[in-house]
Amino acid sequence: MAVPAFLARDRIVAKPGFNRWLIPPAALAVHLCIGQAYATSVYKTALVEHFDASLTAIGIIFSIAIVMLGLSAAVFGTWVDKNGPRAAMFTSAVFWVSGFLVGSLGIYTNQLWLLYLGYGFLGGIGLGIGYISPVSTLIKWFPDRPGLATGMAIMGFGGGALIASPLSRQLMNWYDPNYDPAVAGTVPSGNAVAGLFLTLGLIYLVFMMFGAFIVRVPAANWRPDGFDPSTVKAKSLVTTENVSANNAIRTPQFWLLWTVLFCNVTAGIGILEQAAPMIQDFFREGDTSTVLAATAAGFVGLLSLFNMAGRIVWSSTSDYIGRKPIYMVYLGVGMVFYVLLATVGSTATWIFVLCAAVILSFYGGGFATVPAYLRDLFGTYQVGAIHGRLLTAWAAAGIVGPLIVNGVLDLQGTPGQLVAGDYRPALFIMVGLLAVGFVANLLIKPVAEKWWEPKPTDVPTAAAEPERSNVR
Amino acid sequence: MSTPAPRTGEQPTTHTPVGLVAFAWALVGVPLAYGLYNTIKAASALFG
Repeated sequence: MAVPAFLARDRIVAKPGFNRWLIPPAALAVHLCIGQAYATSVYKTALVEHFDASLTAIGIIFSIAIVMLGLSAAVFGTWVDKNGPRAAMFTSAVFWVSGFLVGSLGIYTNQLWLLYLGYGFLGGIGLGIGYISPVSTLIKWFPDRPGLATGMAIMGFGGGALIASPLSRQLMNWYDPNYDPAVAGTVPSGNAVAGLFLTLGLIYLVFMMFGAFIVRVPAANWRPDGFDPSTVKAKSLVTTENVSANNAIRTPQFWLLWTVLFCNVTAGIGILEQAAPMIQDFFREGDTSTVLAATAAGFVGLLSLFNMAGRIVWSSTSDYIGRKPIYMVYLGVGMVFYVLLATVGSTATWIFVLCAAVILSFYGGGFATVPAYLRDLFGTYQVGAIHGRLLTAWAAAGIVGPLIVNGVLDLQGTPGQLVAGDYRPALFIMVGLLAVGFVANLLIKPVAEKWWEPKPTDVPTAAAEPERSNVR
Repeated sequence: MSTPAPRTGEQPTTHTPVGLVAFAWALVGVPLAYGLYNTIKAASALFG
C-alpha cells in the first residue's frame, strides 16, 4: 500500500548533523496521546448513566480497543517498518482522532454502537499503529542505548494516563458545572463526556501531527559519534545480523519471548486491574476497611507512577546489565514480591504498597525492554514488525489476567466482603506464571544462522535494504 | 581563502536548531509535569 509522497520514508532521511535528541519528543508526542487508553475509568460511570447500560457493556469499548491494538500492531507491523515512522504516526493520528470524533458523535446521538466503532475499533487501530510507530526508528537512532530510547517512548504510554485523567476531570467540570471531581458521587453528564471526546480529539491531532512532522530516520550508514558497533557484537545474545518478521515468528526465540511477555503482563495486570478494591480488602476489619476510598485512589496513582518510572529506569538499566538478566530480575524478584504480598502483605500498609509498587515497576519495565530484546535477537531490519506481532501477548494477557483474578475472587466471596486471604490463590497463580516466564527467559539462545538475512554484499547489486532470505 | 568544494556524492550537512529541540521537549515535558504533579498530589493521600 503506497503512501503520499510527503509521508514517504525517503523524504525523512536525516542529513548529516541532524540532532537525534529531536526523535524522543516526536515519539513521546504520539505515546503520551495514545496512553489516554489507560484513563478511561474517569468517565466510565458517566457513560453507564448516559446510555443506561451495564458496566460490562461500557467496558467492552476498552476491550475492543485493546484487542484492536494487538491485532493492528501484528497486521500493520511490516507496513510500518516499510513506510517509516512519519506515515505510521500520521495514520495512527488519523485513526486515533477519528475514534474520538466518532465516539463523541455516538454520545451526542445516544448510540452506543458508534462508541464501539469509534473509540473501540478505529481508536484501537490508532493505538496499535501508534504504539509500534517510533520503536524501530528509536532503536536505529540510539544503537548505543536502545533500552533508554525505547524506554523513553514507552514511558510516554504510561504517562499518557497521568495527563489524561486530571485533564479529563477538569474539562468535564468546564462542560458540566454540576460535576465536581472533588466531591465523591457526582457524575458528569453525557454531553460533558461528548465535549471531552471532541476536545481531546483535537488536542491529540495537534500533538500527534507535530510528532509525525519532526520525526526523521537515520541514513543507512549513520552511527552516533564515538559509537563502535563491534562493542555491541561482543555482548552475548546480541546479534549484528538481521531476521525478517516472517522468519522471526518461526523461531523458538520469538515464542519464548512471547511467553515471557505474556507471563509478566498477566501478573502485572492482576494487580493493576484490582488495585483500588484490593488495598481496601487487604486491610478490612469486619464490614469496613481501614483504607479510605480516597487513599485507595492515591494508591492507584502511586502504582501509575511506578509503572511509568519502571519503563524508563529498568529499560535503561538493561543497556548495562543485558536484556536476559533484567528479565530474570522482573520475573525472579517479581515472584519474591508476589509471595511477600500474599503472605505478609496484610501486616502493614507500607509492606503492601512497597510490594505492589515494585511489581508494577517490573510490569512497566517488561513492556519497555522488550523492543531492545527483540533488537538484540533479530537485528534492526524488521524489529518494528516483529514487535507488533509480539504484542499479541499483551492482548492475550489483557484477557487472561483479569479472568484469573476475577474468577478466583468470584469463588471466594462477594465484593465488599473480601479479605486478604481471598486473594492468595490468585496471587500464587501469578507466582506460577512468573516461574513459567522465568524458565522461558532462561531458554532463550541466539537465533540460528539459517534464519539470518543475506548481507547486501552477498548479492550482486547493492540494495538499500537486505534482501529477504530463502527461508520463509 | 576558498571554501573546499564538496566531494562528489557527499550529502549536505544540516544543523538542528537548539530552539526546536528545546521546544519539542517542552511540548511533551510540560503536560507530563502537569500529570506527574496531579498524580503525586493524589498519591499523597496514601501517606497523609
